[in-house]
Amino acid sequence: MVFVENGHRLSVYRDHGGYKSLQKAVGMAPADVIEEVKASALRGRGGAGFPTGMKWSFVPKDSPKAKYVVCNADESEPGSFKDRYLMERDPHALIEGMTIAGWALGSNTGYVYGRGEYRYLLDIMDVAIAEAREAGMLGKNIFGSGFDYDLHTHTGAGAYICGEETALLSSLEGYRGHPRMKPPFPAVEGLYASPTVVNNVETFTSVPQIIEMGGIAWRDLGTEKSGGTKLWSISGHVKKPGVYELPMGYADMEKFIMEDCGGMLRDDKKLKAVIPGGSSVYVMNAGQIIGQNVTLDYEGLVAAGSSLGTGGMIVMDETVDIVESTKNLSEFYKHESCGWCTPCREGTDWLVKIFDRITSGGGRPEDVQLMLDIADNIEGKSFCPLGDAAAWPVQSAIKQFPDDFKKWIVNGAASNGHVVEANM
Amino acid sequence: MATATPTSFTDQVAVSDEVAEFSPAVVEEMRSHLTKYPADRTRSALIPLLFVIQRERGWVDNAGVNFLAKFLDLEVTDVWETATFYTMFNLRPVGRHHIQICKTLSCRIMGEPEITDHICSKLGIHPGETTEDGRFTVTMVECLGSCGTAPMMQIGFDYYENLTKESVDKILEDCN
Repeated sequence: MVFVENGHRLSVYRDHGGYKSLQKAVGMAPADVIEEVKASALRGRGGAGFPTGMKWSFVPKDSPKAKYVVCNADESEPGSFKDRYLMERDPHALIEGMTIAGWALGSNTGYVYGRGEYRYLLDIMDVAIAEAREAGMLGKNIFGSGFDYDLHTHTGAGAYICGEETALLSSLEGYRGHPRMKPPFPAVEGLYASPTVVNNVETFTSVPQIIEMGGIAWRDLGTEKSGGTKLWSISGHVKKPGVYELPMGYADMEKFIMEDCGGMLRDDKKLKAVIPGGSSVYVMNAGQIIGQNVTLDYEGLVAAGSSLGTGGMIVMDETVDIVESTKNLSEFYKHESCGWCTPCREGTDWLVKIFDRITSGGGRPEDVQLMLDIADNIEGKSFCPLGDAAAWPVQSAIKQFPDDFKKWIVNGAASNGHVVEANM
Repeated sequence: MATATPTSFTDQVAVSDEVAEFSPAVVEEMRSHLTKYPADRTRSALIPLLFVIQRERGWVDNAGVNFLAKFLDLEVTDVWETATFYTMFNLRPVGRHHIQICKTLSCRIMGEPEITDHICSKLGIHPGETTEDGRFTVTMVECLGSCGTAPMMQIGFDYYENLTKESVDKILEDCN
């Protein structure tokens, strides 16, 4: 990815080779397009990391129903802003990727579901779609192949849960954004109970590169299991926050933060914590990063005790209190829980209540265990992954930063006349 | 107080039958949204159309909802069911400039509390309130995808990033 002036315009995109991959793809058999995507080892860039080619291959070829391609542009994960960057600078890459997916899957219609707050990006997408339609990249008989495909934008209206693919489909049908039971998976029964593939913006924009280079060559930009390149959104206490493209397997995380991102925002403040993949992954302490040669890919971050998620990296220096930062995230999940299932709706509320008690000086020694119990009763027991996402920040914060919790509780308990055991 | 949008189970609900009216141009705009979806799936247009209602009426009100129910051949409760789920739909009137300050982690650690205090003391209101002249409402919102340019806020649909007290002063001055 390189920055190109006016890259959002069709003429500029085409001058840089845009839509050549689509032209190439419609000359290939759809099954061969899926094979290239499989060979690329591209994994979904929305957070779950499911292999994209495999997801595409689940769509039944013989279904008499219309098939749909849906782009998840609901980017709402705290710490992530890469999809915004892509739609702002490179909307035609998204259109091209979705159209190639349409060809591969036998679909004639695609929707870009953007979060409601991203109205200006949907406006950019609308202009780009109109340009593409005008030039014959969308519409009837694309590149003389007989393939018809059209694309529409659709707005959400403020709900993190709609980034979960089945909740997104409920929302796209005009309902509350409640997740649906799987199976059936969207590939079989998705939008309007028809076969549907839902992929993230970055996933779709990778597809034209894969078709252009060939799946294996694209994979080899990264590692065997984590193919290609990845966009990282960096925020918090670094000198140069922003969106960075790195090959998968980049070595290493410490170098990335301390050199590529300019190092700590304030030179006299030490690194304390990093949430590497958007707020829903395990928080890491500095000791898990400094001198640990953590590679930036799916496997490397799991080995280091967290996960890649969306690649939304939040860097915190020693001025941040982890109880307060985790409380902030718990408030987020409480607000965004859709209320559909009990463990998540009730659990996220109780976590915030206990955090409130702790930070108002009333923390009890048993509160830490109580929070772990609640997190355990949410994790894996909720209807959709939002529950896990709410549990993991709390569990990891308690594990990696016990002193921060101890400080609040010892001080709070002392002021309330509780006796605090020394070995808490 | 009787209200069309209950906030708790014990709120009294007074639902009027009033149906909003819109200009032919607006109705035409609403029809254009329907063309994106299969002919038997027009409920898909509900969220985009609720935004049109909100733009035209200032908030999602009872009369606007009644109009949409007729327009999409839905029950009034179907429309409320969807409208009450999404945070961007204002179920009460808001100021002409709706200031939405991001309070989530990256903004929080990059100076959001100071910015919030500055805005609120300047306007003389707390988050969740509207100025007496009806110009400004301040709402605290969750992550808006602008973490690398924190702290940030959205006014209406416009993003304002890398906020400082000085830049906020200028932005507020430019709001008429």
